[in-house]
Amino acid sequence: MNKIKLIIQREYLTRVKKTSFIVMSILGPIIIASIFIVPLWLQKFESQQIKHIAVIDESRILMPTIKSTETVMFTDLGNTTLEDAQKTYAKDGYYAVLFIPKNILNSTAVQIFSNRQPDFGLKQYIAKLIEKDLETLKLLKSNVNPDLLKAVQTPIFVQTIKWTGDGREVEVTMEMKTIIGTVASMLIYIFIFMYGSQVMRGVVEEKVNRIVEIIISSVRPLQLMIGKITGIMMVGLTQFALWIVISFSVIWMAQVTLFPEPLAPTAANPTATIDSKVMAQVQALGQDDYQYAMDIFGSVSNVNWTIMIVSFLFFFVCGYLLYAAMFAAVGSAVDSESDTQQFIMPLTVPMVISLLMIQVILNNPDGSIAFWMSMIPFTSPIAMMARIPFGVPIWQVVLSSLILISTIIIMAKLAAKIYRTGILMYGKKVTFKELYKWVRYSS
Amino acid sequence: MSFLSVQNIVKEYSGTKALDNVGIEVDAGTIFGLLGPNGAGKTTLIRIINQILAPDSGKILMNGDPISSAHIGRIGYLPEERGLYKKMKVGEQVVYLAQLKGMQKSIAIEKLKTWFQKFEIETWWDRNVDELSKGMQQKVQFISTILHEPELLIFDEPFSGFDPINANAIKQEILGLKEKGMTIILSTHTMSSVEELCDNIALINKGQKILDGKVHEIKQKYSSNTFEIKCSGWFDAMASTLTHNYKILEHNKEGNNTTIILKLMNDIPTNDLIRHFTGLGNVISFNEILPSMNDIFIDVVGRNGEYIDNENSI
Repeated sequence: MNKIKLIIQREYLTRVKKTSFIVMSILGPIIIASIFIVPLWLQKFESQQIKHIAVIDESRILMPTIKSTETVMFTDLGNTTLEDAQKTYAKDGYYAVLFIPKNILNSTAVQIFSNRQPDFGLKQYIAKLIEKDLETLKLLKSNVNPDLLKAVQTPIFVQTIKWTGDGREVEVTMEMKTIIGTVASMLIYIFIFMYGSQVMRGVVEEKVNRIVEIIISSVRPLQLMIGKITGIMMVGLTQFALWIVISFSVIWMAQVTLFPEPLAPTAANPTATIDSKVMAQVQALGQDDYQYAMDIFGSVSNVNWTIMIVSFLFFFVCGYLLYAAMFAAVGSAVDSESDTQQFIMPLTVPMVISLLMIQVILNNPDGSIAFWMSMIPFTSPIAMMARIPFGVPIWQVVLSSLILISTIIIMAKLAAKIYRTGILMYGKKVTFKELYKWVRYSS
Repeated sequence: MSFLSVQNIVKEYSGTKALDNVGIEVDAGTIFGLLGPNGAGKTTLIRIINQILAPDSGKILMNGDPISSAHIGRIGYLPEERGLYKKMKVGEQVVYLAQLKGMQKSIAIEKLKTWFQKFEIETWWDRNVDELSKGMQQKVQFISTILHEPELLIFDEPFSGFDPINANAIKQEILGLKEKGMTIILSTHTMSSVEELCDNIALINKGQKILDGKVHEIKQKYSSNTFEIKCSGWFDAMASTLTHNYKILEHNKEGNNTTIILKLMNDIPTNDLIRHFTGLGNVISFNEILPSMNDIFIDVVGRNGEYIDNENSI
């Protein structure tokens, strides 16, 4: 046992000290964190680029109700004609000119003039804005009680709330679950593949260096194999722990520094000349965007990270052990790394298939494809990680784990037999038939 | 009782017998030569002694006890195919290998420092193995084999990869280890080193032991009654007086002296031969010519090969 500890120690320390490990430990979380941060940051960055829109409101009724936001700033050009505006708008720093015709109450069209193609978002935004303002104005003109109007126009926001077994309410959006499922299953694929193939490379290295015979004159081949697999697993777990800690710190730091108050709406500059009451009401209606953003944030913090991390660790360890055993057997059977290709192909096919199927699983996490892929031990770690954010019935988790663990035991025994024979075998072109023969050798 | 007793070892690989009932006895404090052509089964036997492989049948006793994992730390093994982790520091690596043999880290470091001083290679400690030349790596491996002060040392082709100077240094080192009381098994193709170093040998061919014993006894056994006589006088005069009991193989004239190599055809005492020549002139030297281990090796393996081939053809 003490010797296995020594081997684990060597395997672990030589890898952790490598520059590539340190680089990966820092780069990985930065990449993960940026998946979450960059879109938000870009949004913030975009929003700092205020678009100034000049407004020519011939109707003279809409402009007071049009509110500027962080993104779009509206400026009333008063009586300027469209022709004059066309000459000067660019020079005055306007992005576009919004033209509201006199008969707006009976019309359905406003126009945006610009020498650039106004982006879709802006068009949608203006359309929505004017639609709402007109709606409110028309209702008020029909002598609808402003209080009634306020009561009627309740923005409805749909919150997804899931009841879990212990009665706690977890509120996570489908989008967030999908993102987390994708990231988790991709991560587990990368981890299993990266560390599994490190086992193979380690075994080949020992064989090519010809140090293996010296070592197995001191320890049993099985001890060497167990030590190597365990040592590399601990490297993987260390990397995972570092990624988790660093990613969360980076995200937290980004949240604190970049978004002190997440996406708070700005009050429109009250240029109200007529009915300020109407203004206030119209503004109140804009709150739903803010609500949605808050919901996304709430959703991140409401993800059950404990379950996610525990299942990631479990399925990483199991998936890794399964593949590491097979990779170790392959490494022992060949004379150089370039000979490994013919064996790696069949080993990685299930992994690649599960990677390709992630989308299908995410679309229907309780479907039969998702179910069967999470039962087959060669695909279950990836499939399960995709499903877990959506919740998996406990009996399925237990069954999948049992199948996975039994397969690991069988595979480890076969691998040990191949390994024992393989590490001392040089200059032999090994085929699957030959490997089968090695498995049949009695000790 | 011999120090290491290998008895009736059989090892089969998918139908072929790599070792067929092989046994050797190695006495404490001696150097035992394990000889044989490539593929004879030497490495398999060595691996079985090192417990890398398990024999199909047969047993191995060390000091009378059946060999077990408890003996691993008492054996030092330098395999024929040997190497080190390339990206690991020399000192760290040798200490690691010593720890695997059951040595304590602090003791291993201390001992290794002494060895490095002895070989004047202290500066290698923190260098990566791949910065060393092949010969330097071999030196490190040699140190690593003996660092844990094993009672039994097994060297498989220890001289391969060394230049003549370093090979000689290793040879002296091996003799030094013997003097310290270590028991050594040496597997080699270098027959000259066998004659210089080994007390006993076993010759293995095609999985079977075909010859064993003390080196000088084997040489005696394979002597062909050939003698070299240096004598003053003329060859013709000598030759004419020799009877049919002798067969002249070679003769050389050097000034007034003649050197004759001849073979005794019948079992007559060598004294008669000397007496014959003292009558002819002044005998300067008289030597028995013994076959070299190289000759014996080629002779025995050659005949053994024929023998087995004939047997197969029947």
